Amino acid sequence: MAFPQPRPQVPQLPQHLLRTIECQQGAVRAVRFNADGNYVLTCGSDKSLKLWSASRGTLLKTYTGHGYEVLDVDSSFDNSQLCSCSSDKTVILWDVASGQVTRKLRGHAGKVNCVQFNEEATVMLSGSIDGTVRCWDTRSRRYEPIQILDEAQDGISSLKVSEHELLIGSVDGRVRRYDLRMGQLHVDFIGSPITCVCFSRDGQCTLSSSLDSTVRLLDKSSGEMLGEYSGHVNKGYKLDCCLSDKDTHVLSCSEDGHVYFWDLVEVSLTLKLPVGKAVVQSLSFHPTEPRLLTSMEGHVQVWGAEPETEIGEREVVVGGEPRTGPAAVLK
Amino acid sequence: MHLKLVCQPPLNTEEEEESHATHTATVLAVNMASDEDSDEDFVTYGTPLEPLEEDEPVRKPVPVHEQTVKDEKGRYKRFHGAFTGGFSAGYFNTVGSQEGWTPSTFVSSRQQKAEKPNIRPEDFMDEEDFSEHGIAPREIVPTDDFASGKKDQLKDKARAVSSLAALIPGDTGLLEELIAPARSSIGVELLRKMGWKDGQGVGPRLKRKQRKQNDDAVKVYGCAFPPNGSEESEDEDEFAPENVSFAPKDVVPVDFTPKVDSHGLGYRGLNPLQALGGGSETGHINLFTLQSDRTTSLFGDRNSGQQRRGGIGGQAFGVGAMEEEDTDIYHKDSMSNYDNVLGGEEPGDGLYGWTVYPPPDLPRDYRPVHYFRPVVDSSTVSPIVAQALQASRGRLSQDAPQQGRHSLDSSQRCDMLGETPLQGPSSVFELLGSKDRERLNEIPAVVASAKAAALQASSETQMALKAWSGPTADASKTFKPFAENPLKQARYDLYITKLKQGNKDALESSLDSSMTEWERGRERDEFVRAALLYKPSNSSLSSRFTRSKHEDDTDSVDVTRDQENDMDDKQAAVKMKMFGKLTRETFEWHPDKLLCKRFNVPDPYPGSSTVGMPKVKRDKYSVFNFLTITDSSQVSRGAPSASKPPSSSSTLPHLTPEVSNKKSRWDIPGQEPKDPLSAFLSETRSEVLAAKNQTDSPHQKTEEEEKEEDEEEVRPPMDLFKAIFASSSDEKSSSSSEDDSEEEKEVAPPASDPIQSSAETLNPPVSAQSTPAPDISRLTGII
Repeated sequence: MAFPQPRPQVPQLPQHLLRTIECQQGAVRAVRFNADGNYVLTCGSDKSLKLWSASRGTLLKTYTGHGYEVLDVDSSFDNSQLCSCSSDKTVILWDVASGQVTRKLRGHAGKVNCVQFNEEATVMLSGSIDGTVRCWDTRSRRYEPIQILDEAQDGISSLKVSEHELLIGSVDGRVRRYDLRMGQLHVDFIGSPITCVCFSRDGQCTLSSSLDSTVRLLDKSSGEMLGEYSGHVNKGYKLDCCLSDKDTHVLSCSEDGHVYFWDLVEVSLTLKLPVGKAVVQSLSFHPTEPRLLTSMEGHVQVWGAEPETEIGEREVVVGGEPRTGPAAVLK
Repeated sequence: MHLKLVCQPPLNTEEEEESHATHTATVLAVNMASDEDSDEDFVTYGTPLEPLEEDEPVRKPVPVHEQTVKDEKGRYKRFHGAFTGGFSAGYFNTVGSQEGWTPSTFVSSRQQKAEKPNIRPEDFMDEEDFSEHGIAPREIVPTDDFASGKKDQLKDKARAVSSLAALIPGDTGLLEELIAPARSSIGVELLRKMGWKDGQGVGPRLKRKQRKQNDDAVKVYGCAFPPNGSEESEDEDEFAPENVSFAPKDVVPVDFTPKVDSHGLGYRGLNPLQALGGGSETGHINLFTLQSDRTTSLFGDRNSGQQRRGGIGGQAFGVGAMEEEDTDIYHKDSMSNYDNVLGGEEPGDGLYGWTVYPPPDLPRDYRPVHYFRPVVDSSTVSPIVAQALQASRGRLSQDAPQQGRHSLDSSQRCDMLGETPLQGPSSVFELLGSKDRERLNEIPAVVASAKAAALQASSETQMALKAWSGPTADASKTFKPFAENPLKQARYDLYITKLKQGNKDALESSLDSSMTEWERGRERDEFVRAALLYKPSNSSLSSRFTRSKHEDDTDSVDVTRDQENDMDDKQAAVKMKMFGKLTRETFEWHPDKLLCKRFNVPDPYPGSSTVGMPKVKRDKYSVFNFLTITDSSQVSRGAPSASKPPSSSSTLPHLTPEVSNKKSRWDIPGQEPKDPLSAFLSETRSEVLAAKNQTDSPHQKTEEEEKEEDEEEVRPPMDLFKAIFASSSDEKSSSSSEDDSEEEKEVAPPASDPIQSSAETLNPPVSAQSTPAPDISRLTGII
């Protein structure tokens, strides 16, 4: 005998500011949750990379080794390794615990905009302004990439990896999807320089934001447009966009200091979250909970669905259990 | 009834039994009835004890541990286990040594290979146990019953025949006789029992008369026994009484002696009987005679009264002084020995059935001597020598087929063979429809404009002229840029020589007039460039360098096979938000094997060695390159204007008059509407363009629009040219790729103009500065 399915709740949006972290590392170029969402990684323009506790906002470790500002970071699925890329044209593989540089990979001709592990952290993929994506092997001691994807005709701005696919957004206005299993390259022409690309969590759609202040949701298999989200400002900066934890909303940074929330299906603006006065440059959505990280200038803000105090109580209990803590009961 | 169980021998008498009854080990006597019954009633079991001697001392009983048991062959047997309470690993009556099983280690090296142990269960068994387990003895021994029987004469004869070819001539199986078994075989025994006698043949008895008639009637085909093989019996033939049947004659077994020596067929060595026995009836030893003759002499005549003379005689031995008559010691073979007629009479014409053809007529200037013409590359020798060669042979060797026939083109082959050119349609234009031809006829106007542009490069020609007209190094020392193509090199040399002479139209006159316009145009460019590059000052330098042995093919370039197609359609599709088919393109892409492995994905193209996009080699110079030659100049000109500061971006680069003039009908391949949808798209595109131009510069818009419209109707479809010039269907020219990218650079800005231009002007482009560095630095400054 099965219990009836719980009625689908109205998705909660992370609109309450939980805390602000002053990172003390210059401008925060990118902010990222780790794989399970318990930690926060920030890339600073002072060449440092910092690891924070997401719940308390305390600094756990600082990774130094880059020669110029750090532009992107990704953590491995087991939290044992980090990879980061920088304007110094290098990609660095870090050991999380010791903070040592495991490998420093040179090869890009220009600054490296984005970096990503694959699912098993056996390959690092880095996209650079030189128009190439390089696939680095983390297993072997080789310092040459496994493969160089040089199909893009301009710099690579964004890169995502799924189980067997690489999604690469380039300034040449195209989103390229390399399907390793099929051995195919799908090129979607967007027209305007791409700033960020994402897979949807169900893996069926791709999200791409471009410099024409538009975020587009495309069907992955056919390339047809499922939704077009606009209203924000994105004309010059490389701004992030993402999908919420349940694929219900599309989020994008904006140059006007807000984070825009659109309903994915209705294509309507749900929330315009005021973050600050400057450009919201980077954001990261928690993999399972309605929590959001935004970075603006030198600080990172953590946003949650409920106000601070209750969240704080809940976090004492939680650990792994989502949303069903005493706080929820109290409420 | 008496039952007596006794361990005593039954031969003992009753008295004895009674007397010894005291010390018999076990005597069970059950006397059911009276004692006086006879001994026959006793049934005895067991082995009786030895009879005791009266005076023999009582022997000590042998203790158990000293008792031994022997088997039937007298070998000691040993009890194991329960009998003796001991454990035996098996030495005395099993296997191994005193220590039991000897552990052996397997050792094998390259020098000493280990023997493959072929151990059978029999190795561990006693011979007497074989029968118990049904293992038959392995040796194959003819039993006496089946051993060969008495020596029979026939066999001897056969052996004698074979012995001729044996190592010891005349050996009739002496050795075999020595060891012959005494008894005859079972077959012979059986035959004997059936009435057969030695020396007879096998079979029903025959009447002699009959048999003889049969012999006469029989016609023998193929191999038959020599007729005199049965000479012996001929004598008996006379005796043929009626009513008497005879056993059939015995048959000499056919000799199937295998040939084991390396002598010629039919050769036999000197027969010592004949050679030393002093002559024979043949007079000389013929080493090559029929075997049958020899058998005859062996069988029949050896013992027949043959007079023997002493001494050595025969051919090659000369005639001794004691010889009476001169035997012919020199073997003279006369032709009469041979039958030189095959079949019947020979025909009188002497042709023997052959058809005779007359010999070929030789040409008048035929000389029965062949000489090789010296092959000299005209460009390597001085002009005088070359001229002399040319005069002597009428042709220089440069078009001699030294590169192999495959490197020649059809016209060259045609020249060499002295054929008249084909009469078919001389050009592709004749294959075109009249309408297309009209269109093409309008090309020269455009080509002329292109030429004008090219003539703009006449300054280069002038420079080349200036560089070469001086009294500098001779042509033989100059660098040969077209060494691969001797004809082309020859033309280039001609051009250079004319340049040196100061000839102003050196270029035009040195080109091959039979070539097509675009070929000539291409060569024109190449020559001028080469002349400038390798001008005399450089050539003095170039003489210091040797050419690399293996020159990479500079005429081809690696190009990705699949190219993105039309940009304009996509732009328009994006404008109309028609994402999907129009904006999506799918290419074959080969991931690296290792990458697949790391991603836990099977290699999608197993066996393929390519990585990335499949590449193809493409001619640097193809038709399409020529067609876009003006386009490249346009780009080179457009590039600086594109890199102008953004302040001047209000006047768009592609709208500057000089560039728009340059815009030829050839530069955008595949822009033709292919289907209604793209037609529709191009319409909207032009609308968009028009709208945009209106905002930008209204007076130029009309010009542009008109031009575009003109082009739309004038331009022949690109597919036509591809069909004509492209060698295969899947090929796409590199030019189209260049085109695309160029086009992209050029066309993309206006399409995404409102956004792009503002993006460029207001903010730095993403690729250059994608991060808000200025703000941050300000901010950090504040902090």
